[in-house]
Amino acid sequence: MSEQDTLPYPQSDLAVPLTGDATAEDLESLHDQTSIFVYEWPVRVWHWVNALAITILCVTGWFIASPLPSMQIAEATHQFVMGYIRFAHFAAGMIVTVGFFGRIYWAFVGNHHAKQLFYIPVWRKRWWKEVVTELRWYAFLEKEPKKYVGHNPLAQMAMFFFMTLGLSFMILTGWALYSEGTGQGSFADTMAGWVLTLFGNSQIVHSVHHLGMWFIVVFMIVHIYAAIREDILSRQSMVSTMISGTRSFKDRRP
Amino acid sequence: MTDTSAQIETFYDVMRRQGITRRSFMKYCSLTAAALGLSPSFVPKIAHAMETKPRTPVIWVHGLECTCCSESFIRSAHPLAKDVVLSMISLDYDDTLMAAAGHQAEAALQDTIEKYKGNYILAVEGNPPLNEDGMYCIVGGKPFVDQLKHAAEHAKAVISWGACASYGCVQAAKPNPTRATPVHKVITDKPIIKVPGCPPIAEVMTGVITYMLTFDRLPELDRQGRPAMFYSQRIHDKCYRRPHFDAGQFVEAWDDENARKGYCLYKMGCKGPTTYNACSTVRWNEGVSFPIQSGHGCIGCSEDGFWDQGSFYDRVTDLTQFGVEANADKIGMAAAGVVGAGVAAHAAVSALKTAQRKVQDNKKKEEA
Repeated sequence: MSEQDTLPYPQSDLAVPLTGDATAEDLESLHDQTSIFVYEWPVRVWHWVNALAITILCVTGWFIASPLPSMQIAEATHQFVMGYIRFAHFAAGMIVTVGFFGRIYWAFVGNHHAKQLFYIPVWRKRWWKEVVTELRWYAFLEKEPKKYVGHNPLAQMAMFFFMTLGLSFMILTGWALYSEGTGQGSFADTMAGWVLTLFGNSQIVHSVHHLGMWFIVVFMIVHIYAAIREDILSRQSMVSTMISGTRSFKDRRP
Repeated sequence: MTDTSAQIETFYDVMRRQGITRRSFMKYCSLTAAALGLSPSFVPKIAHAMETKPRTPVIWVHGLECTCCSESFIRSAHPLAKDVVLSMISLDYDDTLMAAAGHQAEAALQDTIEKYKGNYILAVEGNPPLNEDGMYCIVGGKPFVDQLKHAAEHAKAVISWGACASYGCVQAAKPNPTRATPVHKVITDKPIIKVPGCPPIAEVMTGVITYMLTFDRLPELDRQGRPAMFYSQRIHDKCYRRPHFDAGQFVEAWDDENARKGYCLYKMGCKGPTTYNACSTVRWNEGVSFPIQSGHGCIGCSEDGFWDQGSFYDRVTDLTQFGVEANADKIGMAAAGVVGAGVAAHAAVSALKTAQRKVQDNKKKEEA
């Protein structure tokens, strides 16, 4: 079977504008590919700023709980090692907080894909069916995954639990701990000071905030792995979608 | 307070009767104002209150406790505990500080309750155990919880002295076999002031009483019901070793060079950053020292459930909920490790499966 026969159009027509090492197969797949614009710029900017801030928070948070070995750079008055680490942690925490509220705002004014992060449609039968399909795909029981414009149902569930709930928890407990330094009556205390009373002892709040960090780390591992794996094995783009906002599909089948 | 005032002497009357001069009395008022952090303009107000107000009757009851609160209290320097007990309040019942004993003492308690209904302050040291109908603590032949409820019924306000009364302390530590219960969970219909600490600082105890007498109201309380003037900041916020914390200079091991230099005790498990108390400002024994100044970290004795926060010497708490001794880091690393290994295995299987499918597809193509 020659390649000429499978093409629905004369090869020469399209080969002209293409440059580089384009082959006949490239031309074929070119016609099969479609793309949809999914993530608007605020969503993408939020994603990467959030990712960077969370990374900083994990590293600095670790060193707040288990500080670096003592250093003798200068007189204590002029040395600020722990101070800078805590400053970076608090600053990144503020950015995550502002970003999170900005993201919630965008869920209202952005396109409908921007809302997916904040809920899971447990009332939809079809959604549950697709959760099963997706689980089967990850268990190597499906030959081919489905196409998704936004998050697949499993990803949506992970986003909801780890980001919407997990991040809210971290922001709340984080501000509660921050309020200990800013003092009673401060903005942080007014907003989150009650969390300390809820747990009784702020040492417990430290512990759960610390566990929350590991919760997020576990999410990061799974998230990055799944994104790269899907980028390679699924029928659609993943990683570049969060850069360009465009979801490209690799084939024309439903 | 009006109907009973005729029966009780004012503070000033009592002081004069004890041979205290007017000059000493004014000195005392200004010292008290200073101890409470009030401006000099409050001195005449305190003097006026002392001259006109009747002494407040106080009933001081003891449940499950170690008497460290009383021990601390009698060491107060500003004001002197002697002045508080003899001049400021009318300590009508306190089984460890009173001369009477046995039936006499119990009769004094009953008398005070009858005589000053609704006007006395109930100070509680220790807490009632509730298991076995409260039989783990018997006072005068009856469970302490009964005495507490009886005395609280007509009290104007309740002071919870120390960690026992405020939060439960060691007898309420897990698994709390006697079900020792803090006062505010037993007495729910009275204003309660928590003065936690094991024991609380002497000057904090007498300061709270002085405030209540002077202004005839409860001091401003924080969310947890503690007087804000003493418990609104952490030990950490006013610690004289704080510069070493910010600099990242820590004691790494007991008795190392850094310990001798007086560096921060954070890595030795100091609970200063999670403990609300006045130790780093008021200090102890007439301002001589406090734990961190003596080279040992704070153990967080004025915090809720401080016995259940793992070792006094760990910064990251052991989480016994997980059966074995583990802390947030060990659990987190284990979880991340398991997930990481799972991801790696999944990636390997994915690669193999994909390769396998490619081979099969190629075969099919060849066959076709």
